Amino acid sequence: MIDKVRQIISDLLDRGEADAVLALANEHGNVQPYLYKKGDSLDNLVLWPKYSMGPIVQSIQNADPALKLAVVVRGCDDRALVELAKRNQISLFNVRIIGLACTEAEAKECACAHPYPRSIDVGDKIDGIVSSDELAEVSGKDYGGRLQFWKDAFARCIKCYGCRNGCPLCICEDCVLEDDAWVKAGEIPPPFPIFHLIRAYHLSDKCVECGECQSSCPMDIPLTSLYAMIREEFSGLFDYMPGADEDRKSPLVTSLEEEPIREGTA
Amino acid sequence: MNCDFVLTTCPYCGCGCNFYLQVIDGKVVGVVPCKTHHVSRGTLCIKGWSAHQFVHNENRITEPLIKKDGKFEKVSWDEALDYTVRRMLEIKEKSGPDSFGFLSSAKCTNEENYLLMKISRGVMGTNNVDHCARL
Repeated sequence: MIDKVRQIISDLLDRGEADAVLALANEHGNVQPYLYKKGDSLDNLVLWPKYSMGPIVQSIQNADPALKLAVVVRGCDDRALVELAKRNQISLFNVRIIGLACTEAEAKECACAHPYPRSIDVGDKIDGIVSSDELAEVSGKDYGGRLQFWKDAFARCIKCYGCRNGCPLCICEDCVLEDDAWVKAGEIPPPFPIFHLIRAYHLSDKCVECGECQSSCPMDIPLTSLYAMIREEFSGLFDYMPGADEDRKSPLVTSLEEEPIREGTA
Repeated sequence: MNCDFVLTTCPYCGCGCNFYLQVIDGKVVGVVPCKTHHVSRGTLCIKGWSAHQFVHNENRITEPLIKKDGKFEKVSWDEALDYTVRRMLEIKEKSGPDSFGFLSSAKCTNEENYLLMKISRGVMGTNNVDHCARL
């Protein structure tokens, strides 16, 4: 599998179809994002653990919008890139996507329901994980039980903002979670439930189930379960999946005339 | 354009979390937690996440300065070190080793802090050595 990725990368660079390829490298025993250029050795290329590529593409394009960039992406990265492009944070015009399907073990580790990009260059499409043990445990509780579960989980929060910083779709320039009117500075844990619900609401039509929020959390708060439940509600209401379709805008940002719910509008 | 990821240890507390500084064309633009590092495993506290912000701050002193006639002037490292050594020896001669206090930093490595202790006790002869957390 990895040799095929190496082949694709070196072909793109040799033919000049890409000026640089964003992928992962093992350098001195640690895995990091790496921008490969023509002539670089691909011996250190690795595919796992995944890093969120969306924000890195964004910072590269900010510095050099004309760069012909190729990116090795998994399903979640692919959806993040689509969602970022729809929200004018990046342009996909100069971006060549190298689609990588996750293995079963990788999908299991992320409890991912859609472990494949829109178009697969390497690997085989496998079925997603329908529900994690944790998600089953939370959804099985009654209202009071669920409230207590989240109360206990969020009581551990040290307000590191890791969930926000790690999230490829947390793109507000002025974050309300840093606004004293909503979240008082210097208080830990942050107010329940407003701190986490503001983020949950902001992400309701953006979350691409990459799991970066949870993997960035030093306190092991099961955020992916929270966002899985929100995604389920959201797709039930609007039949919409963030990042799945480049042309379909979020139902929360389209004009009322195109809205699926249109009672009372002209 | 160049985009590098430079592995480094968080400069704040002593836990030793690791992250990459994302460097685009020589400018540090962000922090990416290192997912394979055994201490931090892809997580950071709020200080680690913000550790890139002071790097290019315009208030940072990037060259040695000596106050001459009431005003700071840029000088070479050689001049600054010669001046410091001369003044320290003069003060030690006149007022004794305990007229010195050495304050080290949590942003230094263990080894750098050890060396400052050595200068304080071994070279200057005083036990007045402490760290920034007690400032």
